Amino acid sequence: MPGLGTSFGRGGSTTAPQDLANSDAILIMGSSMAENHPVGFQWVIEAREKNGAKVIHVDPRFTRTSAMADYWLPLRAGSDIVFLGALVNYVLQGERDFREYVVHYTNASTILREDFRDTEDLGGLFSGWDKEKQKYDPESWLYEGSPAKNTASPAGHADAGGGHGKDRGGEAGEMSKRRQDKTLQHPRCVYQVVKKHFSRYTPEMVERTCGITKEKFLEIAEVFVSNAGPERTGAICYAVGWTQHSDGVQIIRTAAILQLLLGNVGRPGGGIMALRGHASIQGSTDVPTLYDILPGYIPMPFFEADSHKLKDYIKKHRASTGWWHNFDKYIVSILKAWYGEAAAEDNDWGFNWLPRVTGDHSHFGYWLDMADAKLEGLFVMGQNPAVGAANSRLERKAMAQLKWLVVREMVETETAAFWHDGPEIERGELRPEDIGTEIFFLPAAGHAEKDGSFTNTQRLIQFHQQAVDPPGDCRSELWFMYHLGRRLKAKAADDRRPRNTGLRALTWDYGTHGQHAEPNIREVLREINGYTVGDGKHVAGYRDLAADGSTACGCWIYSGIFPTPDDLKIEQRKPNGRYGHGWAYAWPSDRRILYNRASARPDGKPWSERKALVWWDENEKKWTGHDTPDFTPDKAPDYRPKKNAKGDDALGGDKPFIMHSDGEGWIYVPSGLKDGPLPAHYEPFESPVANALYPEHGENPAAQKKERPDNAYAFSPGDARFPYVLTTYRLTEHHTAGGMSRTLSHLAELQPELFCEISPQLAQELSIEHGAWATISTPRGIIEARALVTSRMLPLAIEGRWVHQVGLPYHWGFRGLVKGDVVNDLIAISEEPNVRIMETKGLLCNVRAGRRPGGKGDLQQLKKEMNHPA
Amino acid sequence: MSPVTAFLTDSTICIGCKACEVACKEWNGIKADGLEFSGFSYDNTGAVGHSTWRHVKFVEQGPVIGLGGNALEFPAWGFSSDVCKHCEVAGCLEACPTGSIVRTEFGGVYIQPDVCNGCAYCVVACPFGVVERNQSDGRAFKCTFCYDRQKVGLTPACATACPTESIKFGEISELRETAQARVEALHERGVEDARIYDPRDSSVGGTHSIFILRGDPRTYNLPPQPRVPGEYMSAGWTSAAIAAGAMLAGALIAFLGDSRR
Repeated sequence: MPGLGTSFGRGGSTTAPQDLANSDAILIMGSSMAENHPVGFQWVIEAREKNGAKVIHVDPRFTRTSAMADYWLPLRAGSDIVFLGALVNYVLQGERDFREYVVHYTNASTILREDFRDTEDLGGLFSGWDKEKQKYDPESWLYEGSPAKNTASPAGHADAGGGHGKDRGGEAGEMSKRRQDKTLQHPRCVYQVVKKHFSRYTPEMVERTCGITKEKFLEIAEVFVSNAGPERTGAICYAVGWTQHSDGVQIIRTAAILQLLLGNVGRPGGGIMALRGHASIQGSTDVPTLYDILPGYIPMPFFEADSHKLKDYIKKHRASTGWWHNFDKYIVSILKAWYGEAAAEDNDWGFNWLPRVTGDHSHFGYWLDMADAKLEGLFVMGQNPAVGAANSRLERKAMAQLKWLVVREMVETETAAFWHDGPEIERGELRPEDIGTEIFFLPAAGHAEKDGSFTNTQRLIQFHQQAVDPPGDCRSELWFMYHLGRRLKAKAADDRRPRNTGLRALTWDYGTHGQHAEPNIREVLREINGYTVGDGKHVAGYRDLAADGSTACGCWIYSGIFPTPDDLKIEQRKPNGRYGHGWAYAWPSDRRILYNRASARPDGKPWSERKALVWWDENEKKWTGHDTPDFTPDKAPDYRPKKNAKGDDALGGDKPFIMHSDGEGWIYVPSGLKDGPLPAHYEPFESPVANALYPEHGENPAAQKKERPDNAYAFSPGDARFPYVLTTYRLTEHHTAGGMSRTLSHLAELQPELFCEISPQLAQELSIEHGAWATISTPRGIIEARALVTSRMLPLAIEGRWVHQVGLPYHWGFRGLVKGDVVNDLIAISEEPNVRIMETKGLLCNVRAGRRPGGKGDLQQLKKEMNHPA
Repeated sequence: MSPVTAFLTDSTICIGCKACEVACKEWNGIKADGLEFSGFSYDNTGAVGHSTWRHVKFVEQGPVIGLGGNALEFPAWGFSSDVCKHCEVAGCLEACPTGSIVRTEFGGVYIQPDVCNGCAYCVVACPFGVVERNQSDGRAFKCTFCYDRQKVGLTPACATACPTESIKFGEISELRETAQARVEALHERGVEDARIYDPRDSSVGGTHSIFILRGDPRTYNLPPQPRVPGEYMSAGWTSAAIAAGAMLAGALIAFLGDSRR
């Protein structure tokens, strides 16, 4: 999400699937939307059928999405930035950008510092690279004239820092102070720098690197680029096919640059649709399950000097201009919600009771610690890492190093059963009698068996009611967490050690009902919505929050979902208007299309009648339209801030990107990303070819391979032992790691066995028959799958030779009604620098005809493969 | 008066998600019918039968220009959701000796499981291979047209679940118009091989499951000219009558000849 967050101001999707129906062109890339978001795909179909919208699918495989598209472009997995960069270059070389939009609503005119150096100057690195620390010092990336904040560890670049909390940007310096050239001619203005940066991303480079012919690229470029401007818009849809790369955030950034240049953000039928992988993945970062943020994208304090005092922490993260000027209100309101009466001004509202981040506590960070026996215990809820996580072989073995493990699930998943079932037991790598881990399997309630909510892909928070009681001892997560917390608090009550002060101060006073003492969910929702401390009244929204301890609010972006005790907005089921307002509630403030001020011209009138969304009503003196304006309702288009104005008042009436300190969309990101202010193409960690653009820096320099004997890599570029490109994905018929679908007969029968998709050419080369077994191996593991030989897989001509790609869906495991090998055994643990996600979409593998030997023979076979001359 | 209803399954907007298959099985309480990998593209349930009443066909055709989906080049991958055709002249209904198979007030063809004796005449009488016996209890099963749902004003489960409205449900004459307009629109867009499959000029006399397809219906396992066994009835009865007449005449001649003696 930092890709969207740093570009536009918020990490959420800028649009909603329903709005795709208003598009004139839809580019789907890094996603098989028809397969993995079939319900949302109805609006793509609607756009195609009703507006004659052109649907373009760019993907290594011909999928169910490709079958419904007007154009399918097969590209080599991992070459995404070359393709998108070439689209940006196509726009800039032909001056096809939406100039009025670009000049007013983006930072294209901002002038950069003299000491900034681009990858084009330094052969693949930006200025500020510290070879020793293997990371960037971002100061030279700031705007000219923006003073650096000079905090002890610049935001977004702290040693241990992940990126989720750094969505705000503008923390490394004061971005409101800057110089501009509205003619876009200054050689150091963003427009010119970006133009130069992408000048080598040509159609020829696309042909060479992606495997898409120059002619085809130009045809598609024209289709997408011509659907922009006042009368027309194009949208881009992506999913984890972009995210799960070692430069995933920068792939999304390239799309953001393209959409800003074309003026497609904040307008109907435009934007970037971030398709989330589960029912509530958006929700899981809003009210996070991540280690580096607090609810509402408030950064988790790190263990460093400027996070010891609330004042310093606020100074570091608060912006003087733009919406994040309200940062202090949101953090104090969280502390007030969590610590209640114990939170007072003289104890920094309990700020020092919050735990501190001391290292990489992301999934892979702690799992590698676990493998090294540095972690004692683990709760696993709603996750099946023994199948679903990268290098699942390492992950399974690591769990045997724990003292205790708690798995809450509806069925005994592979994660719960790793100690007595599975490949490690079969191969003799683990023996149940040797495993010291004490394992607790606790039965969980399903979503129809409990009240709760989902926050879906379009930031829509939807409440769902319990339909039936959960059977037996199954309980909701809410029940489990509440009663666990209650018992821990009871233990801490008599233990006066300082470490327990925070736990004792924690408010944990929800009422309960029913024979199992289920907590009252509406009390939790009230806390998330926020209330005034004095009288306990619900606040109407986040504008009511204060920094003086008079309000409490669990998650400021959700504030407004429960404005009065009898109006739970997320329960609404009466949709009206173009965007279905009245059905549930989209954060923030029920805005369905973010940055929608940009749908009007600087003077407040719509760019065109056809693309009208939100506009300034001169008579009423307020913003109005089809959507809730994502703007201060009465701020006139001609409003100009006074000198030294703060917060939202410091942004003019023509600045739609209100979260940013300058109110503009960031084509160039001066602060907030770890691997550069602009996207540059890097090859995956395992690639069949060298980086054609930056031969000296093949891979993303800021990303981490986490290379070790149990997380080994193939040689790159090119490894004769592992000559084929491997890419993994999901199928409509199954749900992620399969715990909720392989156990259901009606879903299991639809896709009963693991298969690998290979082209007829590769099948012939390797003498693999359709439907027969094939063995696939990487330096991490070895698996077998049925061969699905299909012309939907095409060998691609890359750098003058044929590159074969192998597709593997990853749903199978060793439990359930249908079983199969664990594809994630093949994937390496690696960390993209901003969000620490692994690379699953482009690796190297070997394929052989026939089954794996089985048992200990698998390990010998793998060793043999590794010992072949590379 | 109940409306006469139909399905219109538009395969040009089917995305092959199989939601219809699952919704059908869930609503009707049909068991899964095997966990076998078929290798037939993404289709592992094979065909409609006693335990699969909606079935999505996956037609993978290799790089044939202009076929399947909407892509005009590269491979073609067509999806189409098959179901009982609920024929106007239904072979199964005509063949049923027990009266188990009836026509409902909505125009659908319905097997009453409590009356079926498992003779399987309907199985061979269906020109589409839809009806099948359940080997465990011997009775014949097929799509009920969600008679129980229609009875209380609900749309059949498959059409309710379809995310792209590829399966439409409604009054048959309206759907026929919709299909006509849709095919004309597709032709205008250059999808010249789009066609309606509703064999009204065959002995089936039209169906309550109309399809919009591309190209030859045989690609989707649909007979271009389905024939119900009943179409042989008049010829059969005529032959039988002639034969009976001839035998009677022969007998009479024999008797008359005898009396002359």
